[in-house]
Amino acid sequence: MRTAFIEELCELAATDKKVFLLCGDLGFSVLEVFADRFPDRFMNVGISEQNMIQVASGLALEGYNVFVYSIGNFPTLRCMEQIRYDVCYHNLNVTIVAVGAGYAYGPLGVSHHTTEDIAMMRSIPNMLVAAPGDPWEAKLITRYFVQNPGPGYMRVNKAGELAVHSTCGLGAIEPGSLLPIKEGVGTAVVSTGAILDLIVSQLDAKGLRYGVFSCPFISRLDSDGLMGVLKRYNQVITVEEHQLSGGFGSFFLEEINRLHVAGLIDEFPLVRRVGIPDIFQGFAGTQDFLREKAGIRI
Amino acid sequence: MRSIDLARSVRMKALELCFTKKASHIGGAFSIADVLAVLYSEVMKIDCDKPSNINRDRLFYSKGHACTALYAVLDEVGFFKDLNLMEEFTSNGSFFTSHVNHRLPGVELSTGSLGHALGVSCGVAVAAKRQNREYQVYTIVSDGELDEGSNWEAILFASHHKLDNLTLVVDYNKIQSFGRVEDILQLEPLVDKFEAFGWDCLEVDGHDHHAISKALIHRGKVRVKPTVLIAHTIKGKGVSFMENNLLWHYKSPSEEEYVAAKAELEARL
Ligand SMILES: Cc1ncc(C[n+]2csc(CCOP(=O)(O)OP(=O)(O)O)c2C)c(N)n1
Ligand SMILES: [Mg+2]
Repeated sequence: MRTAFIEELCELAATDKKVFLLCGDLGFSVLEVFADRFPDRFMNVGISEQNMIQVASGLALEGYNVFVYSIGNFPTLRCMEQIRYDVCYHNLNVTIVAVGAGYAYGPLGVSHHTTEDIAMMRSIPNMLVAAPGDPWEAKLITRYFVQNPGPGYMRVNKAGELAVHSTCGLGAIEPGSLLPIKEGVGTAVVSTGAILDLIVSQLDAKGLRYGVFSCPFISRLDSDGLMGVLKRYNQVITVEEHQLSGGFGSFFLEEINRLHVAGLIDEFPLVRRVGIPDIFQGFAGTQDFLREKAGIRI
Repeated sequence: MRSIDLARSVRMKALELCFTKKASHIGGAFSIADVLAVLYSEVMKIDCDKPSNINRDRLFYSKGHACTALYAVLDEVGFFKDLNLMEEFTSNGSFFTSHVNHRLPGVELSTGSLGHALGVSCGVAVAAKRQNREYQVYTIVSDGELDEGSNWEAILFASHHKLDNLTLVVDYNKIQSFGRVEDILQLEPLVDKFEAFGWDCLEVDGHDHHAISKALIHRGKVRVKPTVLIAHTIKGKGVSFMENNLLWHYKSPSEEEYVAAKAELEARL
């Protein structure tokens, strides 16, 4: 996913001369392709994430389209107020990209488990939050962020993820869309982020014929799309590699509730949320091990 | 154990861990191995059988990514008698995460997000004063880590509050994640900075055990300032092909490299 991101960013930066990339002393053997090609639009600000967001804000105030690259919680939780006040209140053109979503850096420990970022980021006005489900989504979301102004956050897994979408099927992704992966009956599984691949294989292994959708943006859910899904399915399972409080499942429930209160859906569907039950997992483990331990399964 | 022997064992063990478990950050583990060896063999008052003794000296290890050196030294001095570091390191379900984990005996604070431990150490040093306790607080930060503003807030705080029970060691190995410190974010003149911030500042060769121990033990008895020891070190110190080489911030040794590194460490006896 990080490769999809940097390749797409390089391609677009060739024509969009406003694209600027900052890193916080991270991205060795990833960002060089950009740094070598656009040295006057790249900067390593050092291991100082709060300042990095502030510098990004200044660049954006002067017209740059700024991308900020770091790991996990460092460019997000570490910088909450810089993001809220400098970036989001001023509605600046700053997109934060964090690698290592969920337990992607499992053995590294809690400092590197990125499990509350969706909740934190989506609570800030103006922030558009995205969690691509596969490298193809990562590429298209990168394109979206380059081409559309405003604050953004993209959490990506790492490298080497399998493609879940067949490449021909997707041309562009708009915020709020529910991307169909599989048709099914009765239950719709709606997943955000890189857990998508695992969920599809779990359903296959269990022979469950549920519908599957990827929901890569955790903001601005498209009401028509959601109503369409709720017409065809009477139960929903949300899946995220993130804690349950305030995360993707909460977002989805809030959206369903919004439709319900507005009288746009007759029945409130049964919603089961799959995610991390608001705990720290203080031990080491592979991504799969920690996902399983947290109970992220269908 | 003599500090020289301890340092050698620490490097051996760190190498072994990075090799068998495919772990990173051996460069930063080797640069700090000598300071840790001196602290644990000669300086700190600790008892591995009583890791929560209220009067123990505290070590806050901020550069949590270089965990193999701290785990190795704690293992060598007996904190992990009931655990199996070599087996469990980074394994599923083990507290031996590859960033320092406080759920292990002898570890005061989980670290891994840089720039946290110095501020916490300040709180611990204040607590010692308010509660009339004699323990000393030692904190180790890396040089790239000093980019973080949180450290400079703590540096201001420590001198304002005259935390003379706090000793900071900077592992000044001149390299961070993407290159040399002087190219990414210059720290120089570092001594002047600390002095201007009101600290007692000592510079030592961070691989000279005698100098480290002298600086840590024999520094002025009457102090009203926090002390910082700027330890000039070499990233990857001890294995020629790892020294001063950015790649060893990331790489874990191949079989061949492991054998060669082990031979070099053994030859240094
Ligand atoms: C807040 C934060 N930002 C970024 C990182 C990623 N990171 C891990 S090690 C490292 C570089 C460390 O260089 P330095 O501080 O000089 O340590 P050493 O040379 O002793 O290994 C970085 C940027 C981190 N762990 N925490
Ligand atoms: Mg360094």
